[in-house]
Amino acid sequence: MDAALESSPSAASRGDEGRSVLVLACGALAGELLELRRANGWDYMALRCLPAKLHNTPRRIPDLLRGILAEEGARGWGRIFIAYADCGMGAALEPVLKEYGVERLPGAHCYAFFRGVETFEDEHARDPTCFYLTDFLARHFDSLIWRGMGIAEHPELRDTYFGNYTRLVFLTQTADDALKARAREAAARLGLEYEERHTGLGAFERVLAPHLSGMTAAEKVTADE
Amino acid sequence: MTEQSNGEIDLNSLSDEDLVKQMMDDLYDGLKDEVMEGVRILLAREWEPYRVLTDSLMEGMRIVGIDFRDGILFVPEVLLSANAMKGGMEILRPLLAETGAPKSGKMVIGTVKGDIHDIGKNLVIMMMEGAGYEVIDLGINNPVENYLAAIEEHKPDILGMSALLTTTMPYMKVVIDTLTEKEIRDDVIVLVGGAPLNEEFAKAIGADAYCRDAAVAVDTANELVARRHNRAAG
Repeated sequence: MDAALESSPSAASRGDEGRSVLVLACGALAGELLELRRANGWDYMALRCLPAKLHNTPRRIPDLLRGILAEEGARGWGRIFIAYADCGMGAALEPVLKEYGVERLPGAHCYAFFRGVETFEDEHARDPTCFYLTDFLARHFDSLIWRGMGIAEHPELRDTYFGNYTRLVFLTQTADDALKARAREAAARLGLEYEERHTGLGAFERVLAPHLSGMTAAEKVTADE
Repeated sequence: MTEQSNGEIDLNSLSDEDLVKQMMDDLYDGLKDEVMEGVRILLAREWEPYRVLTDSLMEGMRIVGIDFRDGILFVPEVLLSANAMKGGMEILRPLLAETGAPKSGKMVIGTVKGDIHDIGKNLVIMMMEGAGYEVIDLGINNPVENYLAAIEEHKPDILGMSALLTTTMPYMKVVIDTLTEKEIRDDVIVLVGGAPLNEEFAKAIGADAYCRDAAVAVDTANELVARRHNRAAG
Protein backbone atom coordinates (compact mmCIF):
# COMPACT_ATOMS: atom_id res chain seq x y z
CA MET A 1 0.00 0.00 0.00
CA ASP A 2 2.76 2.41 0.86
CA ALA A 3 5.04 1.70 -2.04
CA ALA A 4 4.80 3.96 -5.05
CA LEU A 5 2.87 2.10 -7.72
CA GLU A 6 3.42 2.40 -11.42
CA SER A 7 1.42 0.94 -14.24
CA SER A 8 2.45 1.49 -17.84
CA PRO A 9 -0.15 1.94 -20.53
CA SER A 10 -0.58 -1.34 -22.31
CA ALA A 11 -1.13 0.11 -25.80
CA ALA A 12 1.48 2.85 -25.61
CA SER A 13 4.71 1.38 -24.37
CA ARG A 14 7.63 3.28 -22.86
CA GLY A 15 9.12 5.56 -25.46
CA ASP A 16 5.67 6.21 -26.86
CA GLU A 17 4.58 8.58 -24.09
CA GLY A 18 3.45 11.32 -26.49
CA ARG A 19 0.34 9.30 -27.24
CA SER A 20 -0.44 8.57 -23.63
CA VAL A 21 -1.96 10.15 -20.57
CA LEU A 22 -0.07 9.85 -17.31
CA VAL A 23 -2.28 9.91 -14.23
CA LEU A 24 -0.44 10.85 -11.03
CA ALA A 25 -2.65 9.61 -8.26
CA CYS A 26 -3.12 8.98 -4.59
CA GLY A 27 -2.39 5.32 -3.86
CA ALA A 28 -5.87 5.10 -2.34
CA LEU A 29 -7.29 5.40 -5.87
CA ALA A 30 -5.03 2.91 -7.64
CA GLY A 31 -7.50 0.01 -7.67
CA GLU A 32 -10.39 2.14 -8.88
CA LEU A 33 -8.29 3.82 -11.60
CA LEU A 34 -7.06 0.49 -12.94
CA GLU A 35 -10.63 -0.83 -12.93
CA LEU A 36 -11.84 2.22 -14.89
CA ARG A 37 -8.95 1.84 -17.35
CA ARG A 38 -9.97 -1.76 -17.95
CA ALA A 39 -13.68 -1.03 -18.20
CA ASN A 40 -13.30 1.94 -20.54
CA GLY A 41 -10.45 0.66 -22.66
CA TRP A 42 -8.26 3.60 -21.66
CA ASP A 43 -5.22 1.60 -22.73
CA TYR A 44 -3.22 4.75 -23.29
CA MET A 45 -3.46 5.63 -19.60
CA ALA A 46 -0.36 5.20 -17.46
CA LEU A 47 -0.61 5.37 -13.71
CA ARG A 48 1.89 6.47 -11.10
CA CYS A 49 0.81 6.61 -7.47
CA LEU A 50 2.09 8.26 -4.33
CA PRO A 51 1.75 6.39 -1.03
CA ALA A 52 -1.78 6.55 0.36
CA LYS A 53 -0.44 7.17 3.86
CA LEU A 54 0.19 10.76 2.76
CA HIS A 55 -3.51 11.10 3.63
CA ASN A 56 -2.33 11.81 7.15
CA THR A 57 0.30 14.40 6.16
CA PRO A 58 -1.26 16.09 3.11
CA ARG A 59 0.97 19.17 3.30
CA ARG A 60 3.80 17.00 1.97
CA ILE A 61 1.96 16.13 -1.23
CA PRO A 62 2.43 19.32 -3.31
CA ASP A 63 6.23 19.22 -3.12
CA LEU A 64 6.33 15.52 -3.90
CA LEU A 65 4.07 16.03 -6.90
CA ARG A 66 6.16 18.98 -8.06
CA GLY A 67 9.24 16.73 -8.10
CA ILE A 68 7.42 14.00 -10.03
CA LEU A 69 5.96 16.51 -12.50
CA ALA A 70 9.44 17.86 -13.19
CA GLU A 71 10.68 14.33 -13.82
CA GLU A 72 7.71 13.11 -15.84
CA GLY A 73 7.31 16.39 -17.71
CA ALA A 74 10.63 15.74 -19.41
CA ARG A 75 9.36 12.44 -20.79
CA GLY A 76 6.90 14.07 -23.16
CA TRP A 77 3.59 12.57 -22.09
CA GLY A 78 0.66 13.62 -24.25
CA ARG A 79 -0.99 14.84 -21.08
CA ILE A 80 -0.57 14.54 -17.33
CA PHE A 81 -3.54 14.53 -14.98
CA ILE A 82 -3.48 14.71 -11.19
CA ALA A 83 -5.87 12.29 -9.48
CA TYR A 84 -6.01 14.17 -6.20
CA ALA A 85 -8.74 16.44 -4.91
CA ASP A 86 -7.68 19.14 -2.44
CA CYS A 87 -7.34 16.32 0.12
CA GLY A 88 -6.43 18.60 3.02
CA MET A 89 -3.64 20.36 1.13
CA GLY A 90 -5.26 23.71 1.78
CA ALA A 91 -5.08 24.82 -1.86
CA ALA A 92 -1.28 24.36 -1.74
CA LEU A 93 -1.50 22.14 -4.83
CA GLU A 94 -2.96 24.93 -6.97
CA PRO A 95 0.33 26.77 -7.69
CA VAL A 96 1.93 23.45 -8.67
CA LEU A 97 -0.92 22.74 -11.09
CA LYS A 98 -0.55 26.21 -12.57
CA GLU A 99 3.21 25.89 -12.86
CA TYR A 100 2.93 22.68 -14.87
CA GLY A 101 -0.34 23.44 -16.66
CA VAL A 102 -2.09 20.35 -15.34
CA GLU A 103 -5.49 19.74 -13.76
CA ARG A 104 -6.73 17.82 -10.73
CA LEU A 105 -9.94 16.14 -9.63
CA PRO A 106 -12.71 18.42 -8.38
CA GLY A 107 -13.81 18.78 -4.78
CA ALA A 108 -12.28 18.64 -1.36
CA HIS A 109 -11.83 14.88 -0.94
CA CYS A 110 -12.20 11.51 -2.64
CA TYR A 111 -15.51 11.17 -0.79
CA ALA A 112 -16.82 14.05 -2.88
CA PHE A 113 -15.91 12.77 -6.33
CA PHE A 114 -16.94 9.20 -5.53
CA ARG A 115 -20.34 10.43 -4.42
CA GLY A 116 -20.56 13.25 -6.97
CA VAL A 117 -19.32 16.62 -5.75
CA GLU A 118 -22.68 18.40 -5.63
CA THR A 119 -24.51 15.50 -3.99
CA PHE A 120 -21.74 15.10 -1.43
CA GLU A 121 -21.66 18.80 -0.58
CA ASP A 122 -25.46 18.90 -0.20
CA GLU A 123 -25.43 15.87 2.08
CA HIS A 124 -22.51 17.19 4.08
CA ALA A 125 -24.14 20.59 4.52
CA ARG A 126 -27.26 18.87 5.87
CA ASP A 127 -25.21 16.85 8.35
CA PRO A 128 -21.59 17.88 8.92
CA THR A 129 -21.14 15.29 11.70
CA CYS A 130 -20.45 12.38 9.32
CA PHE A 131 -17.07 10.72 9.00
CA TYR A 132 -16.57 8.94 5.66
CA LEU A 133 -14.84 5.77 4.57
CA THR A 134 -14.32 4.53 1.04
CA ASP A 135 -13.53 0.92 0.06
CA PHE A 136 -9.84 1.69 0.34
CA LEU A 137 -10.15 3.36 3.73
CA ALA A 138 -12.32 0.54 5.05
CA ARG A 139 -9.70 -1.96 3.90
CA HIS A 140 -6.86 0.01 5.48
CA PHE A 141 -8.70 1.51 8.45
CA ASP A 142 -6.30 -0.10 10.88
CA SER A 143 -3.06 1.14 9.36
CA LEU A 144 -4.19 4.56 8.12
CA ILE A 145 -6.61 5.63 10.83
CA TRP A 146 -6.43 3.50 13.95
CA ARG A 147 -2.64 3.23 14.02
CA GLY A 148 -1.83 6.02 11.56
CA MET A 149 -3.52 8.65 13.70
CA GLY A 150 -2.01 7.27 16.89
CA ILE A 151 -5.27 5.98 18.40
CA ALA A 152 -4.04 2.41 18.88
CA GLU A 153 -1.18 3.62 21.05
CA HIS A 154 -3.08 6.46 22.70
CA PRO A 155 -6.79 5.59 22.93
CA GLU A 156 -7.50 8.96 24.55
CA LEU A 157 -6.93 10.54 21.13
CA ARG A 158 -10.03 8.83 19.72
CA ASP A 159 -12.43 11.35 21.18
CA THR A 160 -10.10 14.25 20.44
CA TYR A 161 -10.39 13.35 16.74
CA PHE A 162 -13.89 11.95 16.58
CA GLY A 163 -15.75 13.40 19.55
CA ASN A 164 -17.80 15.78 17.38
CA TYR A 165 -18.82 13.13 14.83
CA THR A 166 -22.01 11.13 15.19
CA ARG A 167 -21.99 8.75 12.20
CA LEU A 168 -19.58 6.81 10.06
CA VAL A 169 -20.84 6.74 6.48
CA PHE A 170 -19.33 4.01 4.33
CA LEU A 171 -19.32 5.17 0.71
CA THR A 172 -19.05 1.81 -1.02
CA GLN A 173 -17.55 1.43 -4.46
CA THR A 174 -18.01 -2.34 -4.76
CA ALA A 175 -20.65 -3.19 -2.11
CA ASP A 176 -18.29 -5.91 -0.91
CA ASP A 177 -19.68 -7.68 2.17
CA ALA A 178 -16.30 -8.20 3.80
CA LEU A 179 -15.53 -4.48 3.52
CA LYS A 180 -18.95 -3.62 4.90
CA ALA A 181 -18.18 -5.77 7.93
CA ARG A 182 -14.86 -3.95 8.37
CA ALA A 183 -16.51 -0.55 8.05
CA ARG A 184 -19.20 -1.52 10.55
CA GLU A 185 -16.50 -2.63 12.99
CA ALA A 186 -14.60 0.63 12.40
CA ALA A 187 -17.73 2.59 13.30
CA ALA A 188 -18.07 0.61 16.52
CA ARG A 189 -14.42 1.24 17.43
CA LEU A 190 -14.85 4.96 16.84
CA GLY A 191 -18.08 5.01 18.83
CA LEU A 192 -20.14 6.17 15.83
CA GLU A 193 -23.42 5.09 14.28
CA TYR A 194 -23.06 3.25 10.97
CA GLU A 195 -24.57 3.97 7.57
CA GLU A 196 -23.87 2.81 4.01
CA ARG A 197 -24.29 4.72 0.76
CA HIS A 198 -23.37 2.97 -2.47
CA THR A 199 -21.50 5.14 -4.96
CA GLY A 200 -20.05 2.63 -7.42
CA LEU A 201 -17.52 4.22 -9.77
CA GLY A 202 -19.95 6.13 -11.97
CA ALA A 203 -19.42 9.61 -10.56
CA PHE A 204 -15.64 9.11 -10.48
CA GLU A 205 -15.71 7.91 -14.09
CA ARG A 206 -17.71 10.97 -15.16
CA VAL A 207 -15.17 13.42 -13.72
CA LEU A 208 -12.22 11.47 -15.11
CA ALA A 209 -13.51 10.81 -18.60
CA PRO A 210 -13.05 14.32 -20.03
CA HIS A 211 -9.41 14.25 -18.95
CA LEU A 212 -8.77 10.86 -20.49
CA SER A 213 -11.14 10.17 -23.33
CA GLY A 214 -10.26 13.36 -25.22
CA MET A 215 -6.92 11.73 -25.95
CA THR A 216 -8.51 9.23 -28.29
CA ALA A 217 -9.81 12.00 -30.52
CA ALA A 218 -7.84 15.14 -31.35
CA GLU A 219 -4.56 14.60 -29.54
CA LYS A 220 -4.09 11.00 -30.58
CA VAL A 221 -4.75 11.91 -34.22
CA THR A 222 -2.15 14.66 -33.95
CA ALA A 223 0.27 12.23 -32.43
CA ASP A 224 -0.36 9.78 -35.25
CA GLU A 225 0.23 12.35 -37.94
CA MET B 1 20.87 10.98 42.60
CA THR B 2 18.16 11.72 40.05
CA GLU B 3 17.28 8.27 38.76
CA GLN B 4 15.12 5.93 40.79
CA SER B 5 15.52 2.16 40.91
CA ASN B 6 12.75 1.75 38.32
CA GLY B 7 14.70 3.95 35.88
CA GLU B 8 12.38 6.92 36.22
CA ILE B 9 13.75 10.34 37.02
CA ASP B 10 12.97 11.70 40.47
CA LEU B 11 11.76 15.18 39.54
CA ASN B 12 12.01 16.34 43.15
CA SER B 13 15.74 15.81 43.16
CA LEU B 14 16.38 18.09 40.16
CA SER B 15 17.52 21.70 40.41
CA ASP B 16 15.01 24.28 39.19
CA GLU B 17 16.87 24.66 35.93
CA ASP B 18 17.08 20.92 35.28
CA LEU B 19 13.47 20.41 36.34
CA VAL B 20 12.24 22.99 33.84
CA LYS B 21 14.31 21.33 31.10
CA GLN B 22 12.90 17.95 32.10
CA MET B 23 9.36 19.33 32.08
CA MET B 24 9.86 20.64 28.57
CA ASP B 25 11.10 17.18 27.51
CA ASP B 26 8.09 15.57 29.21
CA LEU B 27 5.75 18.03 27.53
CA TYR B 28 7.37 17.24 24.18
CA ASP B 29 6.82 13.54 24.86
CA GLY B 30 3.21 14.10 25.92
CA LEU B 31 3.72 12.85 29.49
CA LYS B 32 0.82 14.51 31.24
CA ASP B 33 1.32 13.07 34.75
CA GLU B 34 4.99 14.04 34.78
CA VAL B 35 4.24 17.57 33.60
CA MET B 36 1.60 17.96 36.30
CA GLU B 37 4.03 16.70 38.90
CA GLY B 38 6.66 19.18 37.70
CA VAL B 39 4.16 22.03 37.99
CA ARG B 40 3.32 21.03 41.56
CA ILE B 41 7.01 20.84 42.51
CA LEU B 42 7.78 24.31 41.11
CA LEU B 43 4.78 25.75 42.92
CA ALA B 44 5.95 24.07 46.13
CA ARG B 45 9.31 25.78 45.56
CA GLU B 46 7.37 29.03 45.60
CA TRP B 47 7.58 29.82 41.92
CA GLU B 48 4.93 32.29 40.79
CA PRO B 49 2.25 30.43 38.78
CA TYR B 50 2.83 32.82 35.87
CA ARG B 51 6.53 31.97 35.84
CA VAL B 52 5.78 28.22 35.87
CA LEU B 53 3.45 28.73 32.94
CA THR B 54 5.73 30.85 30.79
CA ASP B 55 9.11 29.26 31.55
CA SER B 56 8.09 25.61 31.33
CA LEU B 57 4.73 25.01 29.63
CA MET B 58 4.60 27.84 27.10
CA GLU B 59 8.27 27.48 26.22
CA GLY B 60 7.81 23.72 25.86
CA MET B 61 4.80 24.17 23.57
CA ARG B 62 6.70 26.76 21.54
CA ILE B 63 9.30 24.08 20.74
CA VAL B 64 6.54 21.56 19.95
CA GLY B 65 5.03 24.14 17.58
CA ILE B 66 8.33 24.71 15.78
CA ASP B 67 8.92 20.98 15.33
CA PHE B 68 5.37 20.52 14.04
CA ARG B 69 5.91 23.32 11.54
CA ASP B 70 9.19 21.71 10.44
CA GLY B 71 7.59 18.30 9.96
CA ILE B 72 9.47 16.67 12.85
CA LEU B 73 6.32 16.15 14.91
CA PHE B 74 2.91 15.19 13.55
CA VAL B 75 -0.64 15.77 14.73
CA PRO B 76 -0.87 12.83 17.21
CA GLU B 77 2.32 13.92 19.00
CA VAL B 78 1.18 17.55 19.14
CA LEU B 79 -2.16 16.48 20.61
CA LEU B 80 -0.41 14.47 23.31
CA SER B 81 1.81 17.45 24.14
CA ALA B 82 -1.27 19.67 24.26
CA ASN B 83 -2.95 17.20 26.56
CA ALA B 84 0.06 17.32 28.88
CA MET B 85 -0.02 21.11 28.86
CA LYS B 86 -3.75 21.01 29.57
CA GLY B 87 -2.97 18.99 32.70
CA GLY B 88 -0.53 21.66 33.86
CA MET B 89 -2.97 24.43 33.01
CA GLU B 90 -5.69 22.80 35.13
CA ILE B 91 -3.46 23.27 38.17
CA LEU B 92 -2.30 26.76 37.22
CA ARG B 93 -5.52 28.37 35.94
CA PRO B 94 -7.13 29.11 39.34
CA LEU B 95 -3.79 30.22 40.77
CA LEU B 96 -3.13 32.58 37.87
CA ALA B 97 -6.42 34.32 38.56
CA GLU B 98 -5.66 34.59 42.29
CA THR B 99 -2.15 35.92 41.85
CA GLY B 100 -3.09 38.60 39.35
CA ALA B 101 -1.09 37.30 36.40
CA PRO B 102 -0.84 39.79 33.53
CA LYS B 103 -3.97 40.01 31.34
CA SER B 104 -3.34 40.36 27.64
CA GLY B 105 -6.89 40.77 26.37
CA LYS B 106 -10.10 38.95 25.60
CA MET B 107 -10.91 36.64 22.67
CA VAL B 108 -14.10 35.07 21.36
CA ILE B 109 -13.40 32.06 19.14
CA GLY B 110 -15.44 29.43 17.33
CA THR B 111 -15.47 27.04 14.37
CA VAL B 112 -17.73 28.33 11.60
CA LYS B 113 -21.12 27.03 10.52
CA GLY B 114 -21.09 23.63 8.81
CA ASP B 115 -17.77 22.66 10.34
CA ILE B 116 -17.31 20.46 13.39
CA HIS B 117 -13.51 20.40 13.52
CA ASP B 118 -12.01 21.87 16.65
CA ILE B 119 -8.55 20.42 17.18
CA GLY B 120 -6.75 23.52 15.86
CA LYS B 121 -9.16 25.86 17.60
CA ASN B 122 -8.62 24.09 20.91
CA LEU B 123 -4.84 24.37 20.53
CA VAL B 124 -5.23 28.09 19.87
CA ILE B 125 -7.41 28.47 22.97
CA MET B 126 -4.86 26.72 25.12
CA MET B 127 -1.95 28.83 23.84
CA MET B 128 -3.93 32.06 24.07
CA GLU B 129 -4.92 31.29 27.66
CA GLY B 130 -1.30 30.50 28.38
CA ALA B 131 -0.37 33.90 26.96
CA GLY B 132 -2.76 35.63 29.35
CA TYR B 133 -5.89 36.00 27.23
CA GLU B 134 -9.37 35.37 28.52
CA VAL B 135 -10.93 33.13 25.89
CA ILE B 136 -14.64 32.54 25.31
CA ASP B 137 -15.06 29.33 23.31
CA LEU B 138 -18.16 29.18 21.13
CA GLY B 139 -17.45 25.59 20.13
CA ILE B 140 -18.24 24.23 16.66
CA ASN B 141 -20.73 24.83 13.84
CA ASN B 142 -21.41 28.50 14.63
CA PRO B 143 -23.80 30.62 12.58
CA VAL B 144 -23.09 34.34 12.40
CA GLU B 145 -25.68 35.02 15.12
CA ASN B 146 -23.52 33.23 17.69
CA TYR B 147 -20.53 35.44 16.91
CA LEU B 148 -22.64 38.60 17.05
CA ALA B 149 -24.20 37.64 20.39
CA ALA B 150 -20.81 36.81 21.90
CA ILE B 151 -19.28 40.07 20.69
CA GLU B 152 -22.14 42.02 22.22
CA GLU B 153 -21.96 40.12 25.51
CA HIS B 154 -18.22 39.87 26.02
CA LYS B 155 -16.83 42.89 24.14
CA PRO B 156 -13.68 40.99 23.07
CA ASP B 157 -10.52 42.50 21.62
CA ILE B 158 -10.26 39.60 19.20
CA LEU B 159 -12.67 37.46 17.21
CA GLY B 160 -11.16 34.15 16.10
CA MET B 161 -12.70 31.91 13.45
CA SER B 162 -11.58 28.45 12.45
CA ALA B 163 -12.46 26.14 9.52
CA LEU B 164 -10.95 22.91 8.28
CA LEU B 165 -12.99 22.48 5.11
CA THR B 166 -12.73 24.30 1.81
CA THR B 167 -16.51 24.24 1.74
CA THR B 168 -16.92 25.99 5.09
CA MET B 169 -14.12 28.56 5.02
CA PRO B 170 -16.11 31.00 2.82
CA TYR B 171 -18.52 31.38 5.76
CA MET B 172 -15.86 33.49 7.47
CA LYS B 173 -16.58 36.17 4.89
CA VAL B 174 -20.28 36.01 5.77
CA VAL B 175 -19.39 36.77 9.39
CA ILE B 176 -16.99 39.61 8.52
CA ASP B 177 -19.44 41.15 6.05
CA THR B 178 -22.13 41.05 8.74
CA LEU B 179 -19.81 42.80 11.20
CA THR B 180 -19.26 45.47 8.57
CA GLU B 181 -23.00 45.84 7.91
CA LYS B 182 -23.62 46.21 11.64
CA GLU B 183 -20.80 48.78 11.81
CA ILE B 184 -18.89 46.82 14.43
CA ARG B 185 -16.11 45.48 12.22
CA ASP B 186 -13.58 47.93 13.65
CA ASP B 187 -14.47 47.01 17.22
CA VAL B 188 -12.64 43.68 16.99
CA ILE B 189 -9.46 42.26 15.57
CA VAL B 190 -10.44 39.35 13.33
CA LEU B 191 -8.02 36.42 13.22
CA VAL B 192 -8.70 33.38 11.04
CA GLY B 193 -7.08 29.97 10.85
CA GLY B 194 -7.46 26.40 9.63
CA ALA B 195 -5.68 24.00 7.30
CA PRO B 196 -7.18 25.14 3.97
CA LEU B 197 -6.66 28.87 4.61
CA ASN B 198 -3.77 31.11 3.69
CA GLU B 199 -2.81 34.78 3.97
CA GLU B 200 -4.27 35.60 0.60
CA PHE B 201 -7.66 34.22 1.62
CA ALA B 202 -7.60 36.11 4.94
CA LYS B 203 -6.87 39.34 3.09
CA ALA B 204 -9.56 38.69 0.49
CA ILE B 205 -12.30 38.20 3.08
CA GLY B 206 -11.27 41.24 5.12
CA ALA B 207 -9.73 39.53 8.17
CA ASP B 208 -6.93 41.26 10.02
CA ALA B 209 -4.63 38.25 9.85
CA TYR B 210 -4.27 34.58 9.02
CA CYS B 211 -2.64 32.48 11.74
CA ARG B 212 -1.04 29.32 10.43
CA ASP B 213 -0.72 27.77 13.90
CA ALA B 214 -1.40 28.37 17.58
CA ALA B 215 1.98 29.97 18.30
CA VAL B 216 1.54 32.37 15.41
CA ALA B 217 -1.95 33.18 16.71
CA VAL B 218 -0.44 34.28 20.04
CA ASP B 219 2.28 36.39 18.39
CA THR B 220 -0.20 37.96 15.98
CA ALA B 221 -2.71 38.68 18.74
CA ASN B 222 -0.04 40.31 20.91
CA GLU B 223 1.15 42.49 18.06
CA LEU B 224 -2.31 43.60 16.90
CA VAL B 225 -3.64 44.18 20.42
CA ALA B 226 -0.57 46.31 21.27
CA ARG B 227 -0.98 48.28 18.03
CA ARG B 228 -4.63 48.86 18.84
CA HIS B 229 -3.82 50.09 22.35
CA ASN B 230 -1.15 52.41 21.00
CA ARG B 231 -3.60 53.82 18.47
CA ALA B 232 -6.20 54.34 21.19
CA ALA B 233 -3.60 56.02 23.41
CA GLY B 234 -2.36 58.21 20.55
